[in-house]
Formats: sequence, structure tokens, C-alpha cells
Amino acid sequence: MLKILKYSFFDLVRSRWSYVYFLFYLLLSSVLLFLNNDLSKAIITLLNVVIILVPLIGTIFGVMYYYDSQEFTELLMAQPITRKSIFLGQFLGVATSLSLSVLLGLGIPFVLYGLFQSNVIFDFLILIVVAVFLSFIFSALAFNIALSNTNKIKGFGYAILVWLLLAVIYDGAFLMALMYFQEYPLDQFSLLATLFNPIDLSRILILLKLDISALLGYTGAIFSAFFGTVWGSFVSVGVLVLWVVFPLWRMLHTVNKKDF
Amino acid sequence: MVEFKDIHKKFGKNEVLSGINLKIQKGKTTAILGPNGSGKTTLIKILLGMNHANSGEILVNNTSIRNNWSYRKNMDYLPQIANFPGNIKVKEIIAMMKDLRQQTARDKELTAYFELKPYLNTNLSHLSGGYKQKVNLVLSLMFDSPFIILDEPTSGLDPLSLIKLKELLKKEQEQGKTILITSHIMSFVEEISDHISFILDGKVYFDGSIGELKSTTGKANFEYAIANLLKTNHA
Repeated sequence: MLKILKYSFFDLVRSRWSYVYFLFYLLLSSVLLFLNNDLSKAIITLLNVVIILVPLIGTIFGVMYYYDSQEFTELLMAQPITRKSIFLGQFLGVATSLSLSVLLGLGIPFVLYGLFQSNVIFDFLILIVVAVFLSFIFSALAFNIALSNTNKIKGFGYAILVWLLLAVIYDGAFLMALMYFQEYPLDQFSLLATLFNPIDLSRILILLKLDISALLGYTGAIFSAFFGTVWGSFVSVGVLVLWVVFPLWRMLHTVNKKDF
Repeated sequence: MVEFKDIHKKFGKNEVLSGINLKIQKGKTTAILGPNGSGKTTLIKILLGMNHANSGEILVNNTSIRNNWSYRKNMDYLPQIANFPGNIKVKEIIAMMKDLRQQTARDKELTAYFELKPYLNTNLSHLSGGYKQKVNLVLSLMFDSPFIILDEPTSGLDPLSLIKLKELLKKEQEQGKTILITSHIMSFVEEISDHISFILDGKVYFDGSIGELKSTTGKANFEYAIANLLKTNHA
């Protein structure tokens, strides 16, 4: 598996898209930091970008990579190695190369600006952790989608749909539900609903760490009462891990049954 | 060597293979022929474990290949479509395959033979179709395995490379290797193979030597004999 990982990582890191992705973050965070001169504000703005863009690029990149390397995957399957190691290696190659682009793109300007002397280093770390988690989650979802759809157009369509659903529609439906049922106690519901969407969960995690939960009112207080505790952080990281593990498990299950 | 026992395969409602029984003899070159969509590639993919048969069994050296992957150590496979990760160089992909299989490889000899040396540092996405096929050939033949599977090996090759491929295969035959080929180029098949297995509608319609094929169909020309097989069985 490590050998497959090594080569798909090299292949991806050298691709033009990785550079574009890396340069985008580099440019964005440089501009935000050096023109704005406020680390916390920069982190909040980046949060809003990362939370939408990382899932989008993760799904598109994952689906694209799978379809692109289909024939090569077949050649690999004729070698004396297991299917599990081929696909796990490829998935990790995609996820780590995406994570690396984000890490370096955001990391370099922040370090140059003097991140290590500031007191927001912890907030920045959470931003990075969230970005890495989202890269892993959405490339795993992308591999699942691509594996279940031989038709590329359909695969891309579903990938965009999943992204749209989790990044936009879910929030909309969530808000509608809150409005509609506003006479009922909704704290438990909104907590649970947040846990079920990795994008929302990531957003809440950072917002709470940035101490702006007061802006969120009563719900914010409930959220910080839950997520602010060790138990809360534990649960939310656990849920993010599940969001990686479950799609991966399904991927390996599908891979073993699939005809290529 | 390899034995297919009553292999059935369906894709959805489409039954591609309906009871294939076939023995690939050791040290011989067998060509699997059949019209487009007759299931040749599917059969090979089942042998390599890329597709799962709905029923039936494949024995390699008298052992079933089910839930087994180590038998592929003794197999070289040339896929029909050569498409490699674009940002990797030719020498890197060769190194990768060697790294994966951990077997002795004759990559230097073969890259020289197919005149790939000037392209070793080229990215695979910059190679033409014919050169990709040459890389494909080097990758699949370099491990010197006793069993070679070639799915349309001639596609994209220029006449000179085609002759080189034939000569290489003849050398392999002299060393007693077992070769399994599919091809639509009848002259190539006639020149290289000892044994013909003709698949039609998911069944083996003919299994025998080229001489036997000519005498059963009553045609002296190989290409016409095959065409005759197609006509009589479709009528």
C-alpha cells in the first residue's frame, strides 16, 4: 500500500492542479494577512473559504483522479497485490497531496507573518486540522461515488450534488427546520444536526475556539457548553474520524466486490 | 497450466459468458478469438481476478484462484488500453512496477529492444500512443514470468515494432513459456499461435490447432476459415 501511496502522491504533487490549488491558498492568506494585519480576522475569513472550497476540491479531485487512473488501476490489479492496498494507497495519495497543498498554502504566509509569536497559533492549528479532515472526508466520499458509477458524467454530477447538499442545502434545510419548529426546544436537535454534517461541525469547532460564540446567542451558549468541554471536543473529533472511516470502509467493501 | 471450468458471467441482464470450458496448455501459445463483445477481455479479467465470475472455477496449476492473489506472481499481463499516470516519467513507472513486484526484471534489455531509451525521462502524458504501447509492453514483459497474457498487443504499433514484438514472442516461445493472446489481426495470430479457441455468444465454439481449424472449415486460408466459423455459427 505504501508503494502505491508513494507513486500516486508523486504523480499528484507534480500535477498542475496541485500547484494552482497551493498558489490559491498562498495568495489568499498572504493578501489577508499582510493587508489586514489581523491574525484572528484572517483566520475567520480563511475558515469561510476553507469550509466551502476544501470539500469542493476534494470531491472533484477525487472523482477526477479515480476516472483518470482507471486503466492504470487495472494494470495494478493484475499484479500480485491486493485490491485493498491499491485503493487505500490511491486514496491516501489524493488526500495527503490535497492536505499538503492547504497546509503549505496557508502555513507559509502565517509562519512568515509571525504565527509562532502570536497567541492564535492554536486557532490556526484547528483550522489546519479541520482542512485536513475535510480533505480526507471528501476524497473518501468521492472515491465511493466514482466506484459506484461507471458513467463519468453521472459520477461528476453526484459528486457536485453531494458537495452542494452538505455545503449549502443542508444548512438551508437546517435553518428552515429551526424556523418552522421555533416553538419547540431545539437545542438537542441542532446539536445532533450539526454532528451529522462534517462541514457544519468543522465550522462550529473553529468558531467556538475563536470565542465569538457569544454572537450566536442562546444556541451559541448551548454549543459552547457542549463543544467547549473536553468531552465535546472528543465527540466532535470522533465524529470527524467516523466521517473518514465509514466512507473508507464502504470503499474497501465495494472494491472487493466490483468488476473492473 | 490454466483451466477454466464452466465459467458464467453476467453484467446486469447481459450474459457475456455462458459456460466456458477451456484448458490452456503449458508451453503453448493459445489465441482467444471471437467477434467484438464476445467476452474475450472479460475472460482474461476473470483469470486475473479483476472480474468475479458468477459461477465456475479457474484452476492455475491445479489450484483454485478464488481468494488468492499470489498466483499472479507468475503472470505477466498486457492490458488492452495503455493509460498511465501522466506526471510520472517512463523510468519511474518501470521502477514502480519493479518495486511492487520485487522480482528480477529485464527492463534494461527491453527498453533498449523497443528503443525507449531516449524517452526514459519523458513524462508519460507526453508520449504518443505507439510509445505508450511500447512502455506497456516493457512493463508487462519485463518480469520473465512463465505465463504471459497479451490483450491486443499489436494496437498502435508501427510495422517495425510489430516485427520486433513477434520476434520477441518467438524467443519466449522457445523458452517454453505459455502465452495467451487476443487479437483481431489474423495474420499476427496465425504466425504466432499454436492453438485457437474461438468464443462466440459466451461459449467456446472451436478449440484446436490452426491445422484442425482449416480442415474443419474446409478453407486453406486462416482468415477465411475464421470468417467461415463466424458465418456458419451465426446462421
